[in-house]
Amino acid sequence: MTTVLHYVFAPGLLQSEEVLHAFLVGILVAVISGVVGVFVVLRGQSFVGHVLTDIGAAGASGSFLVGVNAWYGFISFGILAGAGVEWLGDRARNRDVATGIILSFAMGLGSLFLYFDTRFTSNASAPMMVLFGSMFVLNPGVIPIVTFTGLAALVVLLLIYRPLLVCSVNPEIAKTRGIPVRLVGILFMILLAIAIEDGSLVVGSLLSTALIIGPPATAIRLTSRIGLASVLSAGIGVVATGLGILLAYDSYLWPPVHRGWPVSFFIAVLVLVFYLLSRLWPERRYAQGAGSARREEVA
Amino acid sequence: MGQFLQMVFPLDLITLPFMFHALLSGTVVAILSGLVGFFVILRGSSFVAHVLPKAGFAGAAGAVLLDINPLVGLVVFALGGALSIGMLGKRGRHDVVTALTLVVALGTGALFLTLNEHYATGAYALLFGQLVGVSLSQVLDTVVLGLVCVLILGVLYRPLLFASIMRDSAEARGISSRKLEMAFLIVVGLATAVTVPVVGALLSFSLMIGPAATARYLTRRPGTSLVCSVAIAILTIWAALVLGYDTSWPIGFFVSSISALLYGVVRVGASLQQRRVAGKTDAHVHPLDGVVGQK
Repeated sequence: MTTVLHYVFAPGLLQSEEVLHAFLVGILVAVISGVVGVFVVLRGQSFVGHVLTDIGAAGASGSFLVGVNAWYGFISFGILAGAGVEWLGDRARNRDVATGIILSFAMGLGSLFLYFDTRFTSNASAPMMVLFGSMFVLNPGVIPIVTFTGLAALVVLLLIYRPLLVCSVNPEIAKTRGIPVRLVGILFMILLAIAIEDGSLVVGSLLSTALIIGPPATAIRLTSRIGLASVLSAGIGVVATGLGILLAYDSYLWPPVHRGWPVSFFIAVLVLVFYLLSRLWPERRYAQGAGSARREEVA
Repeated sequence: MGQFLQMVFPLDLITLPFMFHALLSGTVVAILSGLVGFFVILRGSSFVAHVLPKAGFAGAAGAVLLDINPLVGLVVFALGGALSIGMLGKRGRHDVVTALTLVVALGTGALFLTLNEHYATGAYALLFGQLVGVSLSQVLDTVVLGLVCVLILGVLYRPLLFASIMRDSAEARGISSRKLEMAFLIVVGLATAVTVPVVGALLSFSLMIGPAATARYLTRRPGTSLVCSVAIAILTIWAALVLGYDTSWPIGFFVSSISALLYGVVRVGASLQQRRVAGKTDAHVHPLDGVVGQK
């Protein structure tokens, strides 16, 4: 028994500072992404959610050039792009295209920045860092900024919870009740940008997408109550992240090369497994009127 | 003046074999992207068009790890991604499934890249493209696979157009929108596999979205829009190649900024025109605004 335990929880796991940091930050990001993500899935904004990670990555590549902390690159590009998508995609029909164009432009800019990075600075590994991130080589200096902005985003989200929910489920009803739908949309986009960019900075843009879409989509299939779904989604995110880090740490002993498999791989696969399991759950019938059609469509 | 022209268009542009290959394969890729992109925009599938190239990139990384032709990995992952999006998604709505497909594909790609230490440069080439490093045999591959895609699209053209604009009427006439969606996703996957080795995973998306989105604002007839989309794609890649040659900056940057610029100009023009005629007619109802659009 102890040998099995030793095998799973490799000795020294919790003594290593990198791993502790990874656990801490991973859990934080998973909770914030889980709660914000419920609204992303509810509003059918998965594409925008993912796009913000790629655009933040372009900003990060630019920040290497200027020589500032990557966080500023992530957050400035993310918020600009989020606002741009809201502004250009005024009608639902335009949204998909507007998002695509902004993404394409940002990726082009990103490739130019990366070209300059590898050419004029010593950051030859910048592209891979930005794309895949790595939890185990976290710069401890960014943890306070990430924690603070992430928690602030969470607080604002709780403050606008009711109106946001009404807007997300049924914009028409929201309008008749006098809620400024457009403003709420832009505010949510900024919160989303903060959540995503914090996530991208610490766990990489790939995992950030995984955590903002996977656990919420799973939770929404399991319950129709949004408050409960938020908690559930944060929980699923934390479990996936914790298990992923654990497996990645263990994988240093695995074949074919003893170099450790990437955390991103484990978390991505775990998130997918959870989602697929939730699809086995019988489809929910929604009792309350307006939101039902929308919600069924989304999940 | 002549001197300036010679600076922008040096004679080497067409005399250098690699530039000739680049122009040739770039044109083929542009035609294909313009055609497929028209439907991508019409059906609101930009996300899929963004995800499949990245999935293909991961597949190519896997193929290199197993020491087989990267094109095989590219095709397998792009088509596999298309199939899983089609099968797991529900009627017209599959953004969650698309995102999850992307995440798993990229996660697997990260694993492949970690397990294989010699691959980094090849990975960059597949991400950002190697348009000026295309060999003649690659040009031939591109042409043949591209023709297959165009043929499939030709067969699908009418039902796909009908189902994209009026899904319910199409279903009433016995066109299965689900099967059609599947066929369309497979075409996008195949087109991805053709374009990624030439122009890279990032650029292949720009070329599919930008020109087609611009063309939609230029004309309301589907056929004309299709032709415009192809023409803009070709002009974009030619201009990007010339500028890339002059500056030696990445071609992807030029392609995406030219497309974004064209889209911006056309969109501003359209909104100005709309404001002018808004009083007279109900100008903002676009005939291509269909069922799929009204999400």
